Amino acid sequence: MGRRVAVSRHEHFNAAHRLNNPDWDEERNQAVFGKCNLPHYHGHNYEIIVRVTGEIDPGSGYVMDMKILSDLVKDHVVERFDHRNLNEDVPEFRTLNPSAENIVVVIHDILRPLIDPVLDLKITLYETPRNFVEYPA
Amino acid sequence: MVYLTRVEHFNAAHKLYNPSWSKEKNDEVFGKCANENWHGHNFELFVTVKGVPSPDTGFIVDAKHLSAIIKDRVVEKLDHRNLNLDVDFMQGKMASIENLVLGIWHELKHHIPSGAELHCIKLVETPRIYVEYYG
Repeated sequence: MGRRVAVSRHEHFNAAHRLNNPDWDEERNQAVFGKCNLPHYHGHNYEIIVRVTGEIDPGSGYVMDMKILSDLVKDHVVERFDHRNLNEDVPEFRTLNPSAENIVVVIHDILRPLIDPVLDLKITLYETPRNFVEYPA
Repeated sequence: MVYLTRVEHFNAAHKLYNPSWSKEKNDEVFGKCANENWHGHNFELFVTVKGVPSPDTGFIVDAKHLSAIIKDRVVEKLDHRNLNLDVDFMQGKMASIENLVLGIWHELKHHIPSGAELHCIKLVETPRIYVEYYG
């Protein structure tokens, strides 16, 4: 059995969003979300760390070719989210509040089927340098 | 002369879109930054003042006091806002960081505590792009 190693790729996207539950009234949305509920959107430089864990392939020395991983993240996540409004431009968030928690799960679910199931996948998403989320926890 | 810098941050939406141009020209000049539905950034703001340390306090200016001024006059107006729609000093201007740093300078220049003078505003839009203005 080969050694298990985690390899990670770091990407980023810059996007606008706002937090709002359309089933709640304005007062409740403001009480729960504060400034994140302001109507004209705000934004973040999101940083993603995509972590793949598996055994080192004896032939290549790779767990996964990082160029392939980078292209997957850029083509399927960054290209769709970068310089976009997550609420308005990304279909997954039409009826899902684009909190960092929900965004990280969406990103995981986009990438999971594209990566060999024998490899473990974990996504870390920094919304700001001080706030980040991870999935699976 | 000693230079003191206070760092603050704000998260905001914007777009680069000239309303007197066609959509095609905006897309050609600004690329993805022209997305009509906005995009956003975590901005970092470096405010540098200069002066001579006080013999009593050792300060050029109390950094906590400087922080309160920056938050009150700038961050409160920009944080979690839309730079194109919500900011009084950006109305009628393109929401580039070049114009934003000029606006921030003018908001702060005459409000720096006595004993110090505003030296530089550095505004970081992303880890790879920032602007500086020295007045």
